[in-house]
Amino acid sequence: MNPSLMTRVRWGVADTLVMVGRNLLRYVRLPENIVNITVSPIMFLLLFTYVLGGAIRTSTPDYITFVLPGILVQTLLFGGFGTALGLAQDVQSGLFDRYRSLPMARSAVIVGRLIADLLANIFVAVLMISIGTLIGFRFGGSVLQSIGSPAVGILFALPAAAIFAAVGLTVRSVEAVNVIGFTLIFPITFVSSAFVPVESMPGWLQPVAEANPFTLAANVSRALALGQDPGGDLVGVLIWTAGLAAVGVPLAVRAYGRRN
Amino acid sequence: MTTGTAGPAILVRGLTKSFGNVVALRGVDLEVERGVVFGLLGPNGAGKTTLVRILTTLQRPTSGSATIVGLDVVRDASRLRRAIGVAGQSVAVDDQLTGLENLEVVGRFHHLGGAEAKRRARALIERFDLVEAAGRRAVTYSGGMRRRLDVAASLVGEPEVLFLDEPTTGLDPRSRLSLWVAIEELARSGTTVLLTTQYLEEADRLASRIAVVDHGQVIAEGTAAELKGRVGGSVLVVQVADRSRLDAAREVLGRYGANPHVDESTLDVSVPMSAGAGAIAEVVRALDAGDIAVSNLTLHQPSLDDVFFALTGHASEAETPDAGERGEK
Repeated sequence: MNPSLMTRVRWGVADTLVMVGRNLLRYVRLPENIVNITVSPIMFLLLFTYVLGGAIRTSTPDYITFVLPGILVQTLLFGGFGTALGLAQDVQSGLFDRYRSLPMARSAVIVGRLIADLLANIFVAVLMISIGTLIGFRFGGSVLQSIGSPAVGILFALPAAAIFAAVGLTVRSVEAVNVIGFTLIFPITFVSSAFVPVESMPGWLQPVAEANPFTLAANVSRALALGQDPGGDLVGVLIWTAGLAAVGVPLAVRAYGRRN
Repeated sequence: MTTGTAGPAILVRGLTKSFGNVVALRGVDLEVERGVVFGLLGPNGAGKTTLVRILTTLQRPTSGSATIVGLDVVRDASRLRRAIGVAGQSVAVDDQLTGLENLEVVGRFHHLGGAEAKRRARALIERFDLVEAAGRRAVTYSGGMRRRLDVAASLVGEPEVLFLDEPTTGLDPRSRLSLWVAIEELARSGTTVLLTTQYLEEADRLASRIAVVDHGQVIAEGTAAELKGRVGGSVLVVQVADRSRLDAAREVLGRYGANPHVDESTLDVSVPMSAGAGAIAEVVRALDAGDIAVSNLTLHQPSLDDVFFALTGHASEAETPDAGERGEK
């Protein structure tokens, strides 16, 4: 009577694809969703480049070359915020009660959401690099390095989104997600090498910024954009990504499936 | 799809559920035969929704057991989900999808395959009178249309047992009537339906058996006629003109029916009348003889409040805690 493992795997993949489609439709049909994920990163890019950039000394030829990878990685991390918001919305709308009463794979709801938001992140990355190019940004390395630069950010953002998803499913309120998101993401992304060189911070803050995994991600993305060898930092980012994924994805699936 | 297991559609034994200190269910026993519409009647906070959430695998019981078509709600949860359909208290409709897409997605999650999911979605759209709106996003639907779409979605899997949690709450009379007709059609096709409601009228019309739920317990069970019989056919309400005569009026009415109920705020005294309408003239004479001035006198069919008062000796709303009904959202 119970379906075989193969059947269950096939159903799980099918359920996930339906869920990806459903979530992508929500991006397409609610234009404000696209505006939400594109306007603020573009604004950040322009403000940092033209307002703050002149005052910040960096090792790169110009500030935009320094800051674009940083803003990009920050933007991609902020995407996880959207993942949590979307899930909290679905909980509040009662839609999750329907899904949870259906014979579908529990992981499909989470994984389908993560994949849809990953595709949205790729769209945002392409858009930001295009606009950056218009205002003077240039990749300095090979094609592979140029692709690798945003790819590191996209990869790093994925398990972070899973952790945000777990938070969103636990607090179950759009407003709470907003508060937690802003008080968490801003310090993490600003106390890092994303916008200014760590050496320019006060001495007591530098170790914090150095230990921040977000600094690693920004450093690797920037090194690849400049055509440099990211060295051991690349391994560090991959370890962090795998570690966060190993914690975040099961946490999120569990938070979704919980039925006390 | 049939699971081929024998026994009743729903069997609940000693089911309890607590949320911290709040006890939502304190030992529910229930047996629902296959192919009937069974009504769970009770006020807000009685525990109806908690019971439905446990029976549909959304929550785990604290103790006790429950099986649906022979499948345990905890151990066999994933198989059970293939045998049931649920339309919960809050409408679970995807606003950004069209009506048709909403139903197709549910069909895909039942693993029907694309063509079959489409076929069933179209058939349900027709059955629930949503053809003209089928291609529009659900966000544009009225409350009644959203509720119909929600019930349609619960039928995509062709369930053996369908759970409808207060399906007509908040609907206008016309939408309510059209949903009633749809539920009656379902009943004729042999689907077992468990329906929760706060309205005696609704349970009366749709359900062949009714369980009255209060404070997390089933306090009475039977057909609508049996339950009304326990109230006594109809209810006489006398509003006295002078507050000081309330007790005297209660004494007089007590001669014509059991347990007169005094409402001090409205100056109403109500009593179930077993003797029929002919006794009213006698009551009026007795009130007159007792020098009790009456400002209003009505005879009406028993309401949920009357059934409640007759069964529990307390009014349905005042003492019921709000907590626990929805459980943890």
